Amino acid sequence: MPAPVGTKLVTKRFGDERAKTIAGYEATGGYQALRKALAMKPEDVTAAVKASNLRGRGGAGFATGVKWGFVPKDAKQVHLVCNADESEPGTCKDRLLVYWDPHLLIEGMIIAAHALGAVHNYIYIRGEMMREYVVLQKAVDEAYAKGYLGNDCHITVHRGAGAYICGEETALLNSLEGLRGQPRLKPPFPAVKGLFGNPTIVNNVETLMNVPFIIEQGGAWFNELGMGRSGGTRIVCVSGHVAKPGVFELPMGITFRQIIDDVCGGVPKGRHAKAVIPGGVSMPPLDESELDVPCEFDALMTDERIKPVMVSPTQQFDLGGGRVLRSMAGSGGIVVMDEQTDIPMATWRIMKFFAHESCGQCTPCREGCGWMEKVSRRVAEGQGKEGDLELLASIAHGIAGNTICALGDAAAWPMLGFLTKFRADFEAKIRRKAA
Amino acid sequence: MSLEFSAEAQKKIAALCGRYPTKQPVVIAALHLAQKDHGYLSDDAMRLVARTLDVPYAHVYGVATFYTMFRLKPGATATTNTIRMCTNISCMLRGGYEVLAELEKRLGLKRGDSNGKFQLVEEECIAACEFAPCAVVGTKYFHDLTPDKVADMIAELEREPHPEAEVV
Ligand SMILES: Cc1cc2nc3c(=O)[nH]c(=O)nc-3n(C[C@H](O)[C@H](O)[C@H](O)COP(=O)(O)O)c2cc1C
Ligand code: SF4
Ligand code: FES
Repeated sequence: MPAPVGTKLVTKRFGDERAKTIAGYEATGGYQALRKALAMKPEDVTAAVKASNLRGRGGAGFATGVKWGFVPKDAKQVHLVCNADESEPGTCKDRLLVYWDPHLLIEGMIIAAHALGAVHNYIYIRGEMMREYVVLQKAVDEAYAKGYLGNDCHITVHRGAGAYICGEETALLNSLEGLRGQPRLKPPFPAVKGLFGNPTIVNNVETLMNVPFIIEQGGAWFNELGMGRSGGTRIVCVSGHVAKPGVFELPMGITFRQIIDDVCGGVPKGRHAKAVIPGGVSMPPLDESELDVPCEFDALMTDERIKPVMVSPTQQFDLGGGRVLRSMAGSGGIVVMDEQTDIPMATWRIMKFFAHESCGQCTPCREGCGWMEKVSRRVAEGQGKEGDLELLASIAHGIAGNTICALGDAAAWPMLGFLTKFRADFEAKIRRKAA
Repeated sequence: MSLEFSAEAQKKIAALCGRYPTKQPVVIAALHLAQKDHGYLSDDAMRLVARTLDVPYAHVYGVATFYTMFRLKPGATATTNTIRMCTNISCMLRGGYEVLAELEKRLGLKRGDSNGKFQLVEEECIAACEFAPCAVVGTKYFHDLTPDKVADMIAELEREPHPEAEVV
């Protein structure tokens, strides 16, 4: 049965101070799933995760059990790495998850490590998350003291030092190895050759925190909570122009309009939602007519109510093999903009972010993001020239698909998406200049 | 001048070295500790990290210059309140730039600068978007900021500082 509104898994201990200590966590049912998992064969744990249709909550939505299955069977050493680098603008769930329920993450990791045969495991936590680092390190220390960690399963908390790109999994691995956080060419994929040259699974905080529930209640149960090929519930982070912003655990099938109106109390001042970023700023925005789509992974990619992203008013963007790009569920960061929002200015702020965060390895990304920032800025400030919108589209088109990592696409897609759906807003700025 | 790590930092580095197959992965943690002990990452501080972990100086320099939390110039120290004010999309939509301007005015600092007691940083998203506009100072978050709240925020930090080095 799909999860009814109010179903809480990974957020169930939000606000419960007891979960900050290991005794309190155990008193609220913690570490029971681990006991059950350790009595299971590793391959049965992976099979349960496969059956659950748990999909990665870090951005790409890749099937977790399938990813675990990529680790070569004859691997001598395997690592599990938790990605707690959360820094995709609009996304604010992992930080809260770590803060409110650090032991749930540790329990999920020990179970995953059992499935993978991983001994030396790491949590890469964003450098700026200092409050959360303190909470997490204390929880890890407690788990060692209680014997959940030690011997055949270790977790080391590794702090970053400020760089969005370290959220990209191969940049993260380089940063863990004490290098500059620059992405690696894929293949080889981390599951085959990752940390210290060993097969490595990188999973997001929320992804790993779902694992204990799958073990407790079964993969089939988890799958049924969800929708289509996406098991479980979905955490969304809603910010921007809504009456009640927040982080909410919701059914997969809930629509953007329901989230904005029913969960978040609507758009204040009697206004309405003009543009909605559905999953962090890397994802193409939705316009007001596209809000009846569910926030589920496949729906955002394929629902025909979402218009394709265009390179020009007559040419669709090609994701490869003729596939159109609509949008994606990404990281669950939903940013709502009302009709008073200066869309070109908001677009510039997003481009400024990517220009700042490009690691500089690939020319199209390094130069292109810089140019998109400059040109979008002059357009937003009313200094745009005739042809600037075409220029922006052509720069974005030149980046997408031509870089080492997905940051290039993450910058190009929203640029094209905003131009596709809010072209009149950009044109008005340029006309204002001409007038 | 040749610098040293404090006894506490040396202990931490030794413990961390046991968590990885080589010492190189400890570079970032050691840089955090060097910055805590010596205020910023001078050439000598980076040489100290290189020497302690048996990695080339050029490598340490390359890492230190990649990450934004490392300070390569004197100014802020281990007791400075580093105010990381977010102006990214969710914060911008709710007045983040106005709050940043008020911080600049009240602190008498331009974004990016420090006066020893405070350092003001225009930050990208700090993963607290539901509380936009927001700032983080060490372990302390400031939620739902408005220009009106800035004076109180600064007074609170004067009374009760939250330097980042506390956590390292
Ligand atoms: C530029 C960029 C930034 C990313 N940032 C994050 C992040 O902060 N947290 C995260 O979990 N995944 C992030 N990802 C996705 C990771 O590369 C990776 O897919 C993910 O951690 C895998 O975990 P999952 O399968 O559990 O989602 C980012 C990807 C890119 C391209
Ligand atoms: S796409 Fe951009 S961020 Fe990614 S590796 Fe290339 S230059 Fe670096
Ligand atoms: S955009 Fe400001 S905290 Fe996320």
